[in-house]
Amino acid sequence: MSASVSAARPRMVVPSLLSAPATLFFIGLVLLPLALTVILSFNSYDYTAGIQSDLTVSNYLTVLQDEYYYSTFWRTLRLALITTVIAVVIGVPEAYILSNMRKPWRSIFLLVIIGPLLVSVVVRTFGWSMLLGKNGFVNGALAAVGIEPVQLLYTETAIVIGLAHIMLPFMVIPVWTVLQKLDPTVEAAALTLGASRFTALRRIVFPQAALGILSGSLIVFALSASSFAIPGLLGGRRLKMAATLVYDEFLIELNWPLGATIAIIVLLANLVIMLAYNRLIEQQAKRKLG
Amino acid sequence: MQRNGPVALIFHSLVVAFMLAPMVVVCLVAFTPENTLTMPWNSLSLRWFEAVFEHADFMASFWNSVRLALLSATISTFLAVPAALAITRYEFRGRDALNALFLSPLIIPHLVLGVAFLRLFSLMGATGSFAWLVATHAIVVSPYTLRLILASLTSMDRNAENAARTLGAGEWTVFCRITMPLLLPGISGGWLLAFINSFDELTMSIFVTSPSTVTLPVRMYMYASESIDPMMAAVSALMIAVATVTMIVLDRMFGLDRLLVGKG
Repeated sequence: MSASVSAARPRMVVPSLLSAPATLFFIGLVLLPLALTVILSFNSYDYTAGIQSDLTVSNYLTVLQDEYYYSTFWRTLRLALITTVIAVVIGVPEAYILSNMRKPWRSIFLLVIIGPLLVSVVVRTFGWSMLLGKNGFVNGALAAVGIEPVQLLYTETAIVIGLAHIMLPFMVIPVWTVLQKLDPTVEAAALTLGASRFTALRRIVFPQAALGILSGSLIVFALSASSFAIPGLLGGRRLKMAATLVYDEFLIELNWPLGATIAIIVLLANLVIMLAYNRLIEQQAKRKLG
Repeated sequence: MQRNGPVALIFHSLVVAFMLAPMVVVCLVAFTPENTLTMPWNSLSLRWFEAVFEHADFMASFWNSVRLALLSATISTFLAVPAALAITRYEFRGRDALNALFLSPLIIPHLVLGVAFLRLFSLMGATGSFAWLVATHAIVVSPYTLRLILASLTSMDRNAENAARTLGAGEWTVFCRITMPLLLPGISGGWLLAFINSFDELTMSIFVTSPSTVTLPVRMYMYASESIDPMMAAVSALMIAVATVTMIVLDRMFGLDRLLVGKG
C-alpha cells in the first residue's frame, strides 16, 4: 500500500498543479455556493426579522403542501413533458430528413435548425410574443381567413410553443449524430428485400436512433423544466413555472429560504434524471456486449 | 441513402418556417416607422435603430456584456487549458471526478447556479460586483472551452511532440512550439463558443447583476416584461446580426455542425 502510494506520488504532482487553478475555482464557485444554498433551504424566514439561522424542514413541507407551489410544480412537469413529446415528434423526423439530404442542402439546413442556438433566448421569445400577441401575426392571419382572434399569449399553449422552438435543436443534434453513424446500406437492403418504407424505418432506423432520441428527450425535459425566459415573457404574471417562481421568491417576496428550497428540488429532479440516464446507457452497453 | 419524398419536404419546410419565424418577424418589425409593433408594409425607417444607439442604458448594458464575455471567455480558457492537459495526459486519482466537476455547469440548471451565487455573494458582501460577475460567467462557460480543448487534445497526433523531444527540446519548448499551435483551433473555437454563451446568458445573470452591472439580455428581459415598443425589436435585430456573424465565422473556421454537434 505505502509502496504504491509513494510510487504514485511523483505522477500526482504535475496533474495536480495543472488542474489546481480550475479545481479551486470550481470548488469555491460551484460546490461551496451549492452547499450554502442547501443550508439556506433549511433555514426559516421571518417577514420582519429576515432569514433565521435555525434548521427546519418547514420550507419543504410548505412547497409540498401549499396548493400554489405544488400546482406550479405540476404545471412545470406537465409543460416540460408536452414539450419533450413535441420535440420528439418534430425533431426526430426532421433529423432523419436532414440526414437524407444531399450535400450542400444538408449542411445549410442543419445550420438553419441549430444556428438559432446562438441567438439569445430573450430575442427568440420576444419574437414569439409578437407572433402570438392579441394583435399579433398569428391572430392577423386568422382574421384574414375570417376566424375570431384567440387568446394565445399568456397561456400554456404559448409557453409550449416557445419551449418547443428553443428545444428543437437539442433534440435534432443527438438524433442527427446517431443517424450519421448509421450504415445507410442496411436500410437500403431492407427496402431491396421487400420491406415497406415504414417497416424499414420501424425495424432498422428507429431502434438504432433510440439512444439519440432518449438522450435528446432528457436534455429537452431538463432544460424545459428549468427554463426562465419563456414562462417569464410568454406566461405573463399569472402562469408561473419553477424558475419564475424561484425568481419571485428571491427578488420580489424576498423569502430566500423558500426560493432556495424550490431551486434545490429542481436541482435534485435534474440529478435524478441524469443518473437514470447513465443507468440506461450502461444497461444498453451491457446488452450490446453480451 | 434514401431520397426525401414530397411529404417529407413539406414537413421540412414547415419546420424551417417554424424555426425562422420569430427571428424573421423581429428583423422586419425593427424597420417599422410606426410607434407600435407593426410590419413596415409601406415604408422602412431606421428610427428605432437610432433610438437604441441613443438609449444610454441599452448601450451601457451592451458594452458591459461585451466586456463580461471577453473577460469570462479568456479566464475560462486559461483555466481549461492546463486542466484539459491534466485530464488527457495523466492517470491520477480523482480524474473522473475532476472532469465531472468541470462539466457540472452544463448539468446544474442556471437557475440553481444563479440562486447559489446570489447566496454566496450576499454572505461575502460582494453583491453587484463586476469582478464576481465575471467569475460566475467564467464558471458557466468553462465547460464549452474545456470540451473543445479536450477534443483537440485527444485527437492530436503526439508524434510531433515526441519528435521535438527526441531532437532535444525541453518540455516547455515542446508545449510552446508544438502543443500550443496544434491546440489553437480548439482553443479559439472554445473561446468563441464561450463568448457567445456568456453574451447570451440570462437566467443566471438575472440573479447576480445589480443596476450598475446589468447585462444586455437582462436589460432586454426587464424591458420586454414591462413595455413592448419597436426599440426592443431593433435591439433584437442587432443581436441576431451579431449571432449571424458569429455563426458564419464559426462555420467557416470549424464547421458549426462539428462545433455544436460534437464529433459524430
